[in-house]
Amino acid sequence: MCTVCGCGEGKLAGEDHGHHHDHDHAHGHHHHPRGHSHDHSHGHLHFGTGPAGTSVPGLSQSRLIEVETDILARNDALALGNRRVLAALGAYAVNLVSSPGSGKTTLLVKTIEALSATPLAVIEGDQQTENDADRIRATGAPAVQINTGKGCHLDAHMVGNAMDRLALKPGSLLFIENVGNLVCPAAFDLGEDAKVAILSVTEGEDKPLKYPDMFTAASLAILNKTDLAPHCDADLAAYEANLKRVNPAIEILRLSARTGEGMGAWIAWLRARHAAKTLAQTSAKAG
Amino acid sequence: MHEMSLAEGIRQIVENQARQHGFTAVRSLRLEIGRFAGVEKSALAFCFDIAMRGSPAEGARLEMIDLPGRALCHDCNREVEIEDRLDPCPLCGGGRLVPVAGSEMRVKDMEVA
Repeated sequence: MCTVCGCGEGKLAGEDHGHHHDHDHAHGHHHHPRGHSHDHSHGHLHFGTGPAGTSVPGLSQSRLIEVETDILARNDALALGNRRVLAALGAYAVNLVSSPGSGKTTLLVKTIEALSATPLAVIEGDQQTENDADRIRATGAPAVQINTGKGCHLDAHMVGNAMDRLALKPGSLLFIENVGNLVCPAAFDLGEDAKVAILSVTEGEDKPLKYPDMFTAASLAILNKTDLAPHCDADLAAYEANLKRVNPAIEILRLSARTGEGMGAWIAWLRARHAAKTLAQTSAKAG
Repeated sequence: MHEMSLAEGIRQIVENQARQHGFTAVRSLRLEIGRFAGVEKSALAFCFDIAMRGSPAEGARLEMIDLPGRALCHDCNREVEIEDRLDPCPLCGGGRLVPVAGSEMRVKDMEVA
C-alpha cells in the first residue's frame, strides 16, 4: 500500500504506482484526499482519509487496512454460485437440519416415496459412514454421501462438489441432509432455498429456546414422531409456542414419518415451493 | 460453535489481503462480532493463534469488538436493542422479536507492516 496517500497497491511513496490517482498531488506531503481533486495549501494534516477512512489511536494510520469482509465471505460466495446453478435449472433445494436422531433420514425416505414422479436427488452429510446414502439409494433416488470427518457442518464448497457429481436434472428437488447438529449448520449458507428444521417430540419442549440460532434461520419446522407424543407426555402446543417465540415467522407442521400422519401437508408444502421456483425459472427464460 | 472454521476463514482473508496490498506481516487484526453471532470469543482467540501459524498474521494481536443485538418487535413494530435473543421488547414488553442485526462476524481492519 502507498504509505502516503493510502491507495492500496503495495507501493511506497516515491515509487511508481503503476496506476492512476484521480487526485493530483506530489507524494511526500501529508494530505490524503480520496476520490476527489482540489488545490490546497500544504502544511496541514488530514486524518481519517487514509485507507481505513478513520484514525485510530495506537494504530499507525498509514498502515491500517480497512477490510470489512465477512469471515464467511468465501462460503457465502460459493453458496451464491450454488444458488445460481440451482436457479438456472429451476431446481428447489432444501437444507434439512436437526439434532442427531430426530428422524431426518426416515422422513427423507418416506418423502421420496411420496414424490415418486418428481426428479430428485439427495446429498447426505455425516461425520462418518455411508449408511444414510445407502438408505436413500435403496429408494432408487441418486444420493451422494459427504463425510465431514471431524467437521460439524456442511459448507457450500462440499455441497457444490456434490451437486457436480449428481448432475441434477432441470426442475429437480434437491434434499441436503446436514450433519445432525443444531449449532454450526445455522451459520453456513449452502445455496439452499429453505432451511427446514426437524424436531422430534422426544427432544423436549424447550429445545428451540436452547438452540435459537437454528430455529431462527429455518423457514419451516417439522415436529416429527408425533405418534410417540402420548408415550412421552409431549406438549405439542408448548413446542409450537417456543418455536414461535424464537422465530415468529416460522411455519410449523406436525407429522409422523413412521405412520404417515401429516405427511400430506409436508408434501404439499414442498410441491408448492418447488412449483413456484420452477415457474420463476420458466418465466425468466421466456422474458 | 465452529471457531476453527472461522479462524480458517480469517486466514484466507489475511492471505488475500497480503497478496492484494503487498504486506508481509499483520501486527494486529480487529474483528466485529455481533451479540447473536454465536461465537465463543475465547475459543476463537485460541483457534486464531493456531490457524495463523505460517501466515502473515502469525503472532498478530487479535481484538474483538462487540456489536449490539437489534430486533424488530412484531407487537409494537419498532426496532429495539436487546441483550439476549429471547429478551422481551424493552418498549412494549412484547415477546415476538425478530433479530435484524447482531449476527455479524467480520474482519474490520488490520494493522500491517
